[in-house]
Amino acid sequence: MPPTERREGSLDGGVAQTQVHSEQESTNMKFAIKAWCKSGRARVGLLQLKSSSSLGQGGPPAKEIEIETPALLLTTRKGLPAFISPDHLSFLPSPDSRLLQFSPMHFMEGPNSKTITNIGGVHRLLGLQGYGFVAVPRDSILFLPESYSSNKNGASFETPCGRFLVKPLEYMKMITSMKPDLWVSLADEVPASVTAKRNKTSVDRTITWLDDCISLKPRDGALFGSIVGGCSVEERQRCAQEVAKRNVSGYYIDGFGLGDSIDERSTFLHAVTDSLPKEKPRQVCGLGLPEEVLQGIAAGIDLFDSTYIYHLTLEGFALIFPLNGKCKHDVSDPQLCATAGDYTKINLKATVYRKDASRIVEGCKCYTCQNHTKAYINHLLNVHEMLAQILLEIHNTHHYLSFFRLIREAIAEGKFEEFKQKLIESRREHLLAATLSAFELVTPVR
Amino acid sequence: MALRFEVLGRFNRARAARLTLPHFLCETPLFMPVGTQGTIKGLTTHQLEDIGCQIILGNTYHLALRPTSELIDEMGGLHKFMNWPRALLTDSGGFQMVSLLHLADITEEGVTFQSPVDGKPMLLTPEESIQIQNRIGADIIMALDDVVKTTITGPRIEEAMYRTLRWIDRCIAAHKKPKEQNLFGIVQGGLDPVLRDICVQGLVERNLPGYAIGGLAGGEDKDSFWRVVAQCTASLPESKPRYVMGVGYPLDIVVCSALGADMYDCVYPTRTARFGTALVPEGVLKLKHQSMADDTRPIDSTCECMVCKNYTRAYLHCLVTKDAMGSQLLSYHNLYYMMQLSRNLHSSIIEGKFPEFVCDFLRKMFPEGDVPEWVCNAMEVAGIDISSCSTPLNSKLNLHTSSG
Repeated sequence: MPPTERREGSLDGGVAQTQVHSEQESTNMKFAIKAWCKSGRARVGLLQLKSSSSLGQGGPPAKEIEIETPALLLTTRKGLPAFISPDHLSFLPSPDSRLLQFSPMHFMEGPNSKTITNIGGVHRLLGLQGYGFVAVPRDSILFLPESYSSNKNGASFETPCGRFLVKPLEYMKMITSMKPDLWVSLADEVPASVTAKRNKTSVDRTITWLDDCISLKPRDGALFGSIVGGCSVEERQRCAQEVAKRNVSGYYIDGFGLGDSIDERSTFLHAVTDSLPKEKPRQVCGLGLPEEVLQGIAAGIDLFDSTYIYHLTLEGFALIFPLNGKCKHDVSDPQLCATAGDYTKINLKATVYRKDASRIVEGCKCYTCQNHTKAYINHLLNVHEMLAQILLEIHNTHHYLSFFRLIREAIAEGKFEEFKQKLIESRREHLLAATLSAFELVTPVR
Repeated sequence: MALRFEVLGRFNRARAARLTLPHFLCETPLFMPVGTQGTIKGLTTHQLEDIGCQIILGNTYHLALRPTSELIDEMGGLHKFMNWPRALLTDSGGFQMVSLLHLADITEEGVTFQSPVDGKPMLLTPEESIQIQNRIGADIIMALDDVVKTTITGPRIEEAMYRTLRWIDRCIAAHKKPKEQNLFGIVQGGLDPVLRDICVQGLVERNLPGYAIGGLAGGEDKDSFWRVVAQCTASLPESKPRYVMGVGYPLDIVVCSALGADMYDCVYPTRTARFGTALVPEGVLKLKHQSMADDTRPIDSTCECMVCKNYTRAYLHCLVTKDAMGSQLLSYHNLYYMMQLSRNLHSSIIEGKFPEFVCDFLRKMFPEGDVPEWVCNAMEVAGIDISSCSTPLNSKLNLHTSSG
């Protein structure tokens, strides 16, 4: 028997109403700020999710997940990490690794909404009842927003199965059957290169679709309103202010990582975050590199996706940057240059690792470093074995989660600015050294 | 000899034993997954231990190409290199002769291949094969044999059998670590009982730690297959392990175990997983099939593996053949199924319930009682009464003629 849900709108085409809600948009999510950095923007928070997966189904009691922010959401494909199987997922630091991000569009390859409803929602579907799921329309890896075909009715996505136009109604059907803990409203995302007119249209549409989503939303699950506006400070502010008027649990800052440049990004980020109420959580898309993460946190962002890890993993890279900010490697270390790596990462495909019996990072507690050597992973990469990606995704995720933990500590201790400066400067030095060495080497660096 | 083989229970020809190898204490009958290039595709060593794998196969041909046996030796052997604490078995590299035959030239000296990596000629002699396997360091190593396809007829089979016997002496002479690694001989001879017998006698004279039955699982008809296995298990020594190479399907493993074999290997469970096929008591389940898209049952409701405990056919349907995770989850289930089969074979023999286990197995796989004739014949020779789960032969004949 499906639970009777108090529907705030009708999915059958009945009259949609804008509901007036109480303070807390959703009973399933709570967010509180625990510490601020000196500049007043970066903050440590606590996100509490009460998993609604088993409510009314007579299953085990609802689980509560508490995640400290700023936090990293793990990127998934159809709900599970690309390579880390569920048993290995449970070895990652907890609760840090308990927030998973997915795109409802992944399930256009099945199972359909009816089947997902029968199974009981994504937590059941994926066998991960103790985890928090965040549904985001855009998936930076597979489902790129395809703005040319978007129109006033829906957003267009380019997927491996073809191009789809997704309307708010269809989107909400998916959300309702999947029952994620957090979900983001449908947005009309555009790349940085569009005209001012198109950019303005994207803001108008995004706000309209937000209202559609609000009127159709299920009882459980917390809503994050999408904020677009591209590379226009005015549009970004306008969108942020409009979304802030609606009763949402948090904000999803969209439209980055689509051709915008990191140098200008701070301006747009600040334009948005300064227009949003401080007490609600903010997630951003497309900010993956360490310096981008720090930039986002400095602007007041709480949640980040991890497609950076996915891309590193596919290319055979392993993260090695010292988490305490102290660089062990000499700036001009020829070994690093020869591997096309830098002080952040190494490429384990490089022949220099063929007989290297050391761990990726000495002292790292992840499954990969506790069990395997660089030489073995080098071999796996050379013979194109899936185990290479599995081991790399485990290590990279572990390492990056530790990075986030250190950031939170730095904010709490009032040392965030120093931490950020040190990391960005070291990165620049090494990238510069690597570039200079590339000119000096006889053989070109990959 | 670097192993101990103790038979703990029997039913007629079938036996359950403890096989003590340098790295692990194994229970037979057992299935060995194939980790061709130093890994089982898509699974970690932790998962393999969880599933209950006891011995894993490494392929000498592939490992010699990449990363090379010298490198593996430098890194302390394959156990250390891949961090597998349990037992390993390497084959000789000889099977590639059969599978890559258009590139190979077999002489008394050895086998010449064309390296697929750089086109250079590679010569694999018995000495070289053993040296490579010594460097890799597996608990069990296989002699280089002259393998021919069972579908071939004529003097080539006899030539190959006698050459295998000559090569075993060269292998024994070349083997530098008899106290740490067990050299198994391989019985060849095609489908000819006379040749097979000569080969068995020849190998047994060399007093090897274990024996394999080779040259099967290559397309021969099932009736010939089981008869060769039956003949070999009848004449190979009781007190030593018997390994049927390249087997295989769960049904084949049950039959061969009934006939007195102990060890098996095959790429089938993991390879078929990558094509979306799951192993179940009824046979196979093709998860790619459209009917799976809405099926909210697990792959197998009687299976205790983490895949069956957590995932529906519907979800797996959308993963298989498309996402790496699909391969991983299905490989996990399929290997779990094979390990559970191994455990069931071992325990049912020890508990004196082997015939019941066999009947139960056949009943699930052939609910209409249509157990294939070759299985019935083999079980008769094995002395296992399967009348309760199979339609008697004469009524089968009637059915056959009436349906014309």
